[in-house]
Amino acid sequence: MKTFHIGGVHPHDNKQFSAHQAITECPLPKQAIIPLVQHIGAPAQAVVEVGAKVKVGEQLAKAGGFVSANIASPVSGTVTKIGDMTDAWGATVPAIFIDVEGDVWSPEIDRSPNLIHQCTLEPKQIIDKIAAAGIVGLGGACFPTHVKLLPPPGKKAEVLIVNGVECEPYLTCDHQLMMEHGEELIIGIQILKKALGVDRAIIGIENNKRDAIEHMTRLANAQLGIEVMPLQLKYPQGGEKQLIDACIGRQVPSGALPIEVGAVVDNVATLFAVYEAVQKNKPLISRVMTVTGKNVQRPGNYLVRFGTPIDEVIALAGGVPNHTGKVIGGGPMMGRAMDHTEGMPANKRLSGLLFLDEAECQRHEPENCIRCGKCVQACPMGLEPYLLHRLYELERWDEMEKHDVMDCIDCGCCVFTCPAHRPLLDGIRPGKAKVGAILRERAAAKAAEKK
Amino acid sequence: MAHFITSPAPHVHSGDSVRRNMALVILALMPAYIVSVIEFGCGALITAAIAVAACVLTEWLISRFMLKEQRQSIGDLSAVLTGLLLAFNLPSSIDWWIVVIGAIVAIGVGKMTFGGLGQNLFNPALVGRVFLLISFPAQMTTWPLPKGFETSYVDAETGATPLYFLKQIMKTGDTHLVDHLPSLRDALFGVMGGSLGEVAALALIIGGVFLICTRVITWHIPVSIIATVALFAWIATPAGMAPHTFIGYQLLSGGLMLGAFFMATDYVTSPMTAWGKIIFGVGIGLLMMVIRTWGAYPEGMSFAILIMNACVPLLNRFRPQRFGEKKK
Repeated sequence: MKTFHIGGVHPHDNKQFSAHQAITECPLPKQAIIPLVQHIGAPAQAVVEVGAKVKVGEQLAKAGGFVSANIASPVSGTVTKIGDMTDAWGATVPAIFIDVEGDVWSPEIDRSPNLIHQCTLEPKQIIDKIAAAGIVGLGGACFPTHVKLLPPPGKKAEVLIVNGVECEPYLTCDHQLMMEHGEELIIGIQILKKALGVDRAIIGIENNKRDAIEHMTRLANAQLGIEVMPLQLKYPQGGEKQLIDACIGRQVPSGALPIEVGAVVDNVATLFAVYEAVQKNKPLISRVMTVTGKNVQRPGNYLVRFGTPIDEVIALAGGVPNHTGKVIGGGPMMGRAMDHTEGMPANKRLSGLLFLDEAECQRHEPENCIRCGKCVQACPMGLEPYLLHRLYELERWDEMEKHDVMDCIDCGCCVFTCPAHRPLLDGIRPGKAKVGAILRERAAAKAAEKK
Repeated sequence: MAHFITSPAPHVHSGDSVRRNMALVILALMPAYIVSVIEFGCGALITAAIAVAACVLTEWLISRFMLKEQRQSIGDLSAVLTGLLLAFNLPSSIDWWIVVIGAIVAIGVGKMTFGGLGQNLFNPALVGRVFLLISFPAQMTTWPLPKGFETSYVDAETGATPLYFLKQIMKTGDTHLVDHLPSLRDALFGVMGGSLGEVAALALIIGGVFLICTRVITWHIPVSIIATVALFAWIATPAGMAPHTFIGYQLLSGGLMLGAFFMATDYVTSPMTAWGKIIFGVGIGLLMMVIRTWGAYPEGMSFAILIMNACVPLLNRFRPQRFGEKKK
């Protein structure tokens, strides 16, 4: 069975809590708060005004740049405020506030359960529709999907790789989506293949989801040019570069995009959104979120409209458990620990909520580095985390750059594996930010010189 | 408003710890230690107990009274391991006060002067051992003979090891000396003279394989050392001796197995990357065979490891294979 070739770790997958829980729809909130930053790149620009009446699916904001995404209204009602909100991490984000009135959908959206197999649109039309629907990568990075579908001049996509890996421990939303909406995913794959002009697609699924592998294989076998590839269980296999390496054995060079090796990677949840947008005219207004943790009363997979306060999703799962230490947005390896949940809305980025109890949150005191080299063995990018951390402490930015700090993907394998409990990423992350700033400055200076 | 704990990702840990690794190495040394106690009796027990106690006490005294550290590092078991490894490198009959001196040098000079665990350049147990070897050459090379050991061919007082005869064979080409060697079978099971913990080659190999299987160490260092020694011995086999016999004796005698699996693989004093480890291992194998063949001492494992320890900062420049880097 295939896997990626450098590094990796084996955290306990802890998916048992919410695995196989049927997707449950979360009721509509009274007020929806829709952040205008739900993607990588510039914030979206509001196109509605206070007092406007909106229906589900109508555009609220348009992409604010090339790498940005539209935002459609997930609810129907009246816009009451366009202003700042504070998210669960203390950041101030522009948002649109809507008082929810009923559930009136925009008439062009097909809400019937019928599968629509045929897609007669041209590639350009497909990509335009995806852009209009505001679809971003739902695996966590939130990179606008239509941008990926437009390879830079001279580059040609050869294969579409579908990410059904879900390598983050605890999360099961992608797994359940494959089990319940496999047919739609397959149609979504055929649509993206057409948009990209490729005749091959590979669905990568880790071996801890045997039922999904079987189910998707059965569906894929009836189709041309779609294969399911079972992958060995190893974190971070869902990382874009790692998944390409695992599936087709090609390694994307440092600083390059997947298209360099002819690959385009999209998450299964993104493909489901593509199906809905292209075949059903439904923009991206909701996603499946996993709410889980060993003390959560009703852990499960919840279909949540964006803008719904996460407290309502949490209530549906039985409320915040006693002795909760951390509430993590996303999985335990790369998710972000929230300071509070009040006023925080569900959005495109949030793939799950994980509750860890106080005992699970104990961070050990760091000890001396014993130079065991386990971080070097674990790093899936072939970096030397111990060295990068040391260079950060010494503020040797040029050395950090030479040791390829910019290749770090933040996966956390080094910290996970360190027997001395050293917080390596706490140094590498800011170091990477610093080196990134230096590189941008240098590029700007070079550009100025040319002028 | 309820506030929760915030800290950067990742939020879970493998559960690995410094203490766990040290404990596993100590566990892996137990088969060889048991053989040693069976062969050498009480001496092995007492020497090891003194070495461990002296190492732990030295570390505690230095960090408590000289460095005035708030947190004591004794709990990480690294001083226990250093003590045990030091004992493994000593004859079981050695005087107790020599053991204590070795322990003080190992921890005091070899480890704490550099700043404690993780900072030292040289393997502390070997620093202690070599200090004793140079300071007390007679005591350090007087090996008691195992019970039931065929003593007809050696003078029990000087207690020569097979390496002494191997060197004589290489020097003089007199292959009749082969008769003085213990059988390869005895060498494998540890029925021969030598330091307390180095004689039981098979038990050491079992411990070493255990460490590789539990991912405490990687295969790179032991395999490259053993392969280098085997290749060197094959080329240097004296006329009149079968290569496999000669290779067998070189591999099974002296501190080779102990050094390859337990001393050279010390985290702190070995390289971080796969290629660094392989070159480190090859270097140790070569240096050791050079000393065994042409050096003044019959055995060179300690010196070979210490010399290569000094090269580790340089070897750490061998980068790991970066993701996406074209293979040359």
